[in-house]
Amino acid sequence: MYITRRVEFSASHVCRLPSLSEEENRRIYGEDANPHGHGHNFVAEVTLEGRPDPATGMVFDLKKLKEVLNREIVEPFDHRFLNYEVPPFDRVVPTLENIAREIWRRLEGHFPGPELRLASVRLYESDDLFVDYSGEEAR
Amino acid sequence: MKLTRRYRFAASHRLHRPGWSEETNRLVYGKCNNPHGHGHDYLLEVTVAGAVDPDSGRVADVARLDALVQEEVIGPFDHANLNEQVPAFADLVPTTENLAVEIRDRLLRCWREWFPAGGAELEKIKLRETRRNIFELFVHDHENR
Repeated sequence: MYITRRVEFSASHVCRLPSLSEEENRRIYGEDANPHGHGHNFVAEVTLEGRPDPATGMVFDLKKLKEVLNREIVEPFDHRFLNYEVPPFDRVVPTLENIAREIWRRLEGHFPGPELRLASVRLYESDDLFVDYSGEEAR
Repeated sequence: MKLTRRYRFAASHRLHRPGWSEETNRLVYGKCNNPHGHGHDYLLEVTVAGAVDPDSGRVADVARLDALVQEEVIGPFDHANLNEQVPAFADLVPTTENLAVEIRDRLLRCWREWFPAGGAELEKIKLRETRRNIFELFVHDHENR
């Protein structure tokens, strides 16, 4: 069974590569390359897969999940300028994709065991744009 | 990594198969067979999948996807009568199933010109006709053809 919990955080970011020219950055990242940064109300949907515990009837304690998400995502990310305040975005471009991977990296160790795993992270930048990450590819 | 972008278009259609009698058409398509047609505000979700480029940190260029979808889907479909203005539906009933297939085919037809090999691939078309009717088409699932 899958269970999903949603959290929100508001943060600013800028997508630029220092090695590229202004023109190249604009070509690749468009408005996201504005050096002054801009912000979004990000929404993360974190999905766990597991078998309900026969005693509690729960896949995972949602209170604990809320605590983990607050500690690992909301507290460090909310009302921050990601590039300046949240490693590794001082050296990794905080694209939507890379933020989703960082959320995955911060969460995956919290749900160990054969009966429970982190299944996916869906990250919305707006209602009309989101990414889904399930831990694939080299990290 | 998968990336999903939402788009909207408003279009009218009529579900009617010329080879069938009026009665059969009414029986099969119900209200959707109304001779004057009717319309919907379609919500389209286009999902692409691929590896995140290690340099840019992105799976696909969203502006490029927007331009492709605008050219192939939103431009021709928005505020159009699908039966009369989209050639594929001259002889094919524009059910939302067929519309999803047409959108897939339009995007796949010129995908390589917009997204070179090794980059993002089209993964899924999701089309919401109304809040109650939602259709999903996985591009590489042959069962869906």
